[in-house]
Amino acid sequence: MLSKRIIPCMDIRDGKIVKGINFEQIREVGDPVEMGQYYAAQGADELVYLDITATHEKRKILLPLVKEIARNINIPFTVGGGISGMEDVNGLLHSGADKITINSAAVSKPQMITELARNFGSQCIVVAMDIKQTDKNGCWFVYTNGGRTKTELKAQEWARQAEELGAGEILLTSMNHDGTKNGFALEITREISNMLNIPVIASGGAGTMQHFAEVFTQGCADAALAASVFHYGEIKIPELKNHLQKQHIPVRM
Amino acid sequence: MKVVVVKYNAGNVQSVLFALQRLGITASLSDNTEEILKADKIIFPGVGEASSAMKELSRTGLTAVLRQIKQPFLGICLGLQLMCRHSEEGDTNCLNIFEEDVKRFNPHEVKTPARSIPYKVPHTGWNTINTLHGNLFKGISENSYVYYVHSYYAETGQQTCATTGYINSFSAALMKDNYYAVQFHPEKSGETGNQIIKNFLDL
Repeated sequence: MLSKRIIPCMDIRDGKIVKGINFEQIREVGDPVEMGQYYAAQGADELVYLDITATHEKRKILLPLVKEIARNINIPFTVGGGISGMEDVNGLLHSGADKITINSAAVSKPQMITELARNFGSQCIVVAMDIKQTDKNGCWFVYTNGGRTKTELKAQEWARQAEELGAGEILLTSMNHDGTKNGFALEITREISNMLNIPVIASGGAGTMQHFAEVFTQGCADAALAASVFHYGEIKIPELKNHLQKQHIPVRM
Repeated sequence: MKVVVVKYNAGNVQSVLFALQRLGITASLSDNTEEILKADKIIFPGVGEASSAMKELSRTGLTAVLRQIKQPFLGICLGLQLMCRHSEEGDTNCLNIFEEDVKRFNPHEVKTPARSIPYKVPHTGWNTINTLHGNLFKGISENSYVYYVHSYYAETGQQTCATTGYINSFSAALMKDNYYAVQFHPEKSGETGNQIIKNFLDL
């Protein structure tokens, strides 16, 4: 049976992981390869690396780093952050990334999704959406530019459009839930996941193991992504998978 | 041991080369007939679209070459599909090494009260392999997880040596004489994948 995926997400700045894991053997400011290997050994199903390097100059270290990650990790990984065109994607995929994720660039140039899908295949194009519900029971809108810019796009419309344009997967982050540790945005995740034919990765709000169970059952997510609960060791992947398995949620053990 | 990875316009060859490197093998990437025929082991990877991949193989003259290989040969993902008889993707006649046909997943095929929502396509993520037989799966237990990303699948048949269930049961792996193929990505399937690649190299 197809399993639900657990995906740790790591932010890279200037070639280093921004938040290190608080474990022994691993430095406070983590090495992306070392952390990836650690998570792969723990049973992570996939990894996401987001490059938040501010300057173009320092971004040049990303490709050799992606190559190092690919050389050392035997599970799929996605790379994103600041991708603006074909050339960026070509470089990342040729360095060994399995998928790339685009966010703001997809909103400003939706045809880019189609171009990328046509050239590299839908399976490696993940469209990331940062969404926010501006008032309770109100609409969910898409935000770009790291959550700083509100657009007039409704989450559901953009998700459907991204699929039609050729996205292979949606990474859905609720800004209302991100960082709260109060659980994922279950309703909107369910609505979008059930509406689409492509997988949806839920992100934002993971605080407990039960939150993951909820986003898979009530939220109908295909995968769940989290950062700090894993980085700080608050949730350990083997325990999390045991917890999910006890509730008959299919996970890779 | 000389391992050649067949070069054509398919993507993600790098991961296969890295997986081999992790097992201590420096493989060469080649579309040269002589080099391919001289190799000890041949790997035929691929992520891409069937009809354009077959066109590329015809253009480089590899179609005939790949059919007369005597050494252990391993197709991966699109590689497996191209080794079949025919693919629905682009209505493509393939290499016809395996007699099975390649179909597109139909998410609407299964509708039960318990499952009112259609399955998602592509089949993406970790799924289990079953009814394993043959040397490729030496030391691999039933229900081991492997990583898949695909929208087309080979039907099950005489040459199926592993199956996976998604919407319907399909060929997770095929085998005929020296020809082997897997639909999943062993290079991305953790320890299970490593073992399968190792088993192939040990053939």
